[in-house]
Amino acid sequence: MLGKLSWSVIPFSQPLPLYAMGVVGLAILAVLGIITRKGWWPYLWREWLTSVDHKRIGVMYLILALIMLLRGYSDAIMMRSQQAIAVGGAQGYLPPDHYNQIFSSHGTIMIFFVAMPFVIGLMNFVVPLQLGVRDVAFPVLNSVSFWLSASGALLINVSLVIGNFARTGWMGYPPLSELAFSPDQGVDYYLWVLQISGIGTLFAGINMVTTILKLRAPGMTYFRMPVFCWSALTSSILIVVAFPILTATFAMLLLDRYLGMHFFTNNAGGNMMMYVNLFWAWGHPEVYILILPAFGVFSEVIATFSRKPLFSYRSMVLALLAICVLSFMVWLHHFFTMGASADVNAFFGIMSMIIGVPTGVKVFNWLFTLFRGRIVFTTPVLYSIGFMVTFVIGGMTGILLAVPPVDFVLHNSVFLVAHFHNVIIGGVLFGAFAGYNYWFPKAFGFTLDERWGKASFWCWLVGFYLAFMPLYVLGMMGMTRRLQHIADPSWRPLLLVAELGAIVIFLAILCMAAQLYVSIRTRASRRDLTGDPWNGRTLEWATSSPPPAYNFAVMPRVATIDAFWEMKRRGLTAIEPAYEPIEMPRNSPIGFIIAFFAVITGFSLIWQIWWLVILGLLAILLTVLVFGWSENRQLEIAAGDVARLERVRLGLGRPA
Amino acid sequence: MTSATIDAVPAELVRGRGGGGPAPTRTVVAYGFWIFIVSDITMFSALFAAYAVLSGRTAGGPTAGELVNLPHVFIETMCLLLSSYAAGLGALSAERWRQDRFLIFSVFTFLLGAVFLFIEISDFAAMMKVGAGPSRSAFLSAYWALVGAHGAHVTSGLVWLIYMMAQVVAKGLRPHVLRRLLCFSLFWHALDIIWVGVLTVVYLMGVP
Amino acid sequence: MHDWRYATPDALLRPSSNAPEGARNSRLRHWLAGCAPMLVCSCQRQGILDPQGPIASAQQLLLINATEIMLVVVVPVILATLGFAWWYRSSNTRAKRSEELAYEGRIDFVVWSIPALVVILLGGVNWIGSHELDPRAPISANAKPLQVDVVSLDWKWLFIYPDQGIAAVNQLVIPAGTPINFHLTSATVMNSFLIQQLGSQIYTMPGMTTHLNLLADNPGEYPGISANFSGDGFADMRFTAKAVRTADFDAWVAQVRGSGPALDSPGYAALAKPSEAVPPMTYRSVEPKLFERIVNQTVIGSQ
Repeated sequence: MLGKLSWSVIPFSQPLPLYAMGVVGLAILAVLGIITRKGWWPYLWREWLTSVDHKRIGVMYLILALIMLLRGYSDAIMMRSQQAIAVGGAQGYLPPDHYNQIFSSHGTIMIFFVAMPFVIGLMNFVVPLQLGVRDVAFPVLNSVSFWLSASGALLINVSLVIGNFARTGWMGYPPLSELAFSPDQGVDYYLWVLQISGIGTLFAGINMVTTILKLRAPGMTYFRMPVFCWSALTSSILIVVAFPILTATFAMLLLDRYLGMHFFTNNAGGNMMMYVNLFWAWGHPEVYILILPAFGVFSEVIATFSRKPLFSYRSMVLALLAICVLSFMVWLHHFFTMGASADVNAFFGIMSMIIGVPTGVKVFNWLFTLFRGRIVFTTPVLYSIGFMVTFVIGGMTGILLAVPPVDFVLHNSVFLVAHFHNVIIGGVLFGAFAGYNYWFPKAFGFTLDERWGKASFWCWLVGFYLAFMPLYVLGMMGMTRRLQHIADPSWRPLLLVAELGAIVIFLAILCMAAQLYVSIRTRASRRDLTGDPWNGRTLEWATSSPPPAYNFAVMPRVATIDAFWEMKRRGLTAIEPAYEPIEMPRNSPIGFIIAFFAVITGFSLIWQIWWLVILGLLAILLTVLVFGWSENRQLEIAAGDVARLERVRLGLGRPA
Repeated sequence: MTSATIDAVPAELVRGRGGGGPAPTRTVVAYGFWIFIVSDITMFSALFAAYAVLSGRTAGGPTAGELVNLPHVFIETMCLLLSSYAAGLGALSAERWRQDRFLIFSVFTFLLGAVFLFIEISDFAAMMKVGAGPSRSAFLSAYWALVGAHGAHVTSGLVWLIYMMAQVVAKGLRPHVLRRLLCFSLFWHALDIIWVGVLTVVYLMGVP
Repeated sequence: MHDWRYATPDALLRPSSNAPEGARNSRLRHWLAGCAPMLVCSCQRQGILDPQGPIASAQQLLLINATEIMLVVVVPVILATLGFAWWYRSSNTRAKRSEELAYEGRIDFVVWSIPALVVILLGGVNWIGSHELDPRAPISANAKPLQVDVVSLDWKWLFIYPDQGIAAVNQLVIPAGTPINFHLTSATVMNSFLIQQLGSQIYTMPGMTTHLNLLADNPGEYPGISANFSGDGFADMRFTAKAVRTADFDAWVAQVRGSGPALDSPGYAALAKPSEAVPPMTYRSVEPKLFERIVNQTVIGSQ
């Protein structure tokens, strides 16, 4: 009746996950209790859960990312502590069974539920505003996308208490991930969680590509789009073309596990090398999906705070497009050691180096944007400069690993781990935090506290270097990744330094939390009244902070790059146009409802409760059919209301 | 439309370079659906790649040559092609506000698609009977997955078609219904193209 | 200003109150590279920094050369970043500003050329190095190559010496100065065979044979590991590669032949059962064609 569920799958005998879930469960109950007490449910339902507004959805993505950062970080500190303790003969406090789940969930969560939501959230919030339009192409689909990602996040946390998570690493290579070697539900959690959130991500990519290519303010030709929009476009194209590969690959592994098929098994002709190829055919574009929007953030931030246009806009765009195309031609560098011929290895090695060229070009262009600028050192700028220094080091070690003979001795060592954390933290995370600080006032109407922001930056920077530079050295000394205990006691000093780094990163996270708390408490002194707190260059700063639901009362006509800068230069920002009624999509609950049933369906698929699977799928189908039948999904805002709101923004009327 | 103007560049000068402003809804919807089709084709490409890699790995079990029923494949292909043709005629009728003709052509589209599915499912059943199920060998897993994924898409298409016919009857050929019909047409024709790929790679190339 | 809490179309929009904007700080701090102290370990050189064979030596050289070539670009870029950020801070009255500088053809040309040239140079290094250090390429030396068949099991390493007819678990004794020609497979899941001081790693995969050639220059003991995660016993999947003089190797082979169990089918089936932290042991004889049968998965104990 309940498939493979039974009381024995709850780890009553293991205190750690139970306590963790206990704490998390209490926190969730506390939050829900407060919301209920204060009567906020109608507000939350109306303004957030059923919202199809890209700004709201963007904020929710960021909230998801920040919460999951805590979960991913707790996995990290547990790993670091275990490796600092379990040296020589000591076994540490995490048996292999646990440790192996922890590093698998750390990677999965950080990539799919921290970095992806961060990046997609920023794209969602910013792109329509920068393009001068009212929303993305498919607002309801946007809501569905977000809620599917949230479903995945919920399910992966359920794996803490009900059953296990995968013990295969975040890549899930067969044969280890096949039924023969991973008989329990762990790999099923991994696969279904990522299939569900993968659908959400794919839809988000489709939405963003269509928006950027088909919905721009009049006069905004391709080469007048802000560079962040170009980076969002290239990243979204990669999503559209890469994620389906992952969907198909995971589907094949699921067919192996559920229906006894032989895509990747050891017997009956299965080919595990094919999994590795297919996985990385998605996996390499994935890392570019993450980094390209971060590049876009840095382009915006550096240009704005240098008071200069971005140097060589066309080169930057060309570099983004080149990276987009080249990212599909390098995937084999993730498995040089799998035994391909020297010709094949060398080809992919050289392609991996070639992709360093457009990246290097971008770094130089940022440098020349700073050159002869008038630089203001806000938190986003600090993150940008920290990025430029840190990312080139990470890129350098990447190119080192792209030399197959070097990779032969460093593959899968902690040198590799240091490299990818170098580029992901120094690149993606710093970009995400820069974007968070930069666009926060636009979303909420007040800036974030600068002191705590800078403190969190310095802690991230110092913490990162302390945590990962020792790993470069340890990798060259022979330490491989994913070790539950370490035999060589001479490695302990470096592991202790790495542990210290992880603790400093914890301080950084505390600083970010403090920043948010302090900023909210003292927001009255940091209100953004003009909508343009940074003297920005692009169109999102031409709206109030936060913008009204419709973004722009009248779509701006664009004649140049940096359209808002041009508008300010010509004194055009305070002209009152003739207002017209605006049609906006109504809120819709179907995102939330589909996600609700997706969680049920996913859970039942994992535990093989087949009747519930069928019910869940039927419920989703029914929701879609009912939604498809509905009318009256638009709502008109009268011209008078628009006028009233705009006059307040332009300072032409008293606040109501 | 009036707007807070910068010295406006004449619209003619920018339209060609993408400066014409937001596209009409019909264009946006169709374009978005095209991008979805691109993603679906990518997914099928992964399945095609898996098939190509695994097609020789029969683990001592049945091979493609032993299993494929080419006459059935021919009939299936004709069904799908004619179904696409009917769908095309249906789309043209809808564009010309001929609801009755649209419904008739849709019925043909549906029936031909259903015949395709019927033949495919009975072929699959026959394969199971001779022990050529998907868990017999890697080749069979890849075959079932590729052909089965296409069949699953056809099934969803038929369900969608019924739903669209119901919508047309209930609401008439209104703009949003027409937009969805456009998406359905794209989907149905794309499935036909995928079938041509399956036909070539699996049936024509795989069978000596 | 609009209240950020209410922005849905059908809600009333209530502007928030006016308040003066706060002052903004702008300070620049020099920071020391937090990474500097971490780059040097206080203990002795290990791993690829202490190569003991021609493959590893060549790889170390590649690592160092490639790093140096890239540092030529990376170090100036880092210094320029910090330098420009400092010099062009808004409070610096001496700095020349140019608020419109957005493009200059010459700079653009140089900006594309520098990475391109570095990549062309490194690409050549890459091509040559990949071919010279191909794991399949036999190593030329004065001695006749020795073949060793390697099987990764859960969670130990089995080394079969087909020409000597003996086998060992979790210890690999080889003659120094002799090229070793490895044929590798796995009995269970993917692993990776690595003796970092001697050179390259290669994956081991069930049903397939991979190839590797290594040579130890001098007698010594070198740590060997699995470099691809394979399950609960992975961390203990370590072995010692002992390079000894040729005479000592022959003596060792003779001694192994004289004692210990035989690696026949039941012996292999027992060995194949999952076990962790297996102490080194030897087998005095090996069933013929055992390795081939493991690769074909026709031997008892395969999954």
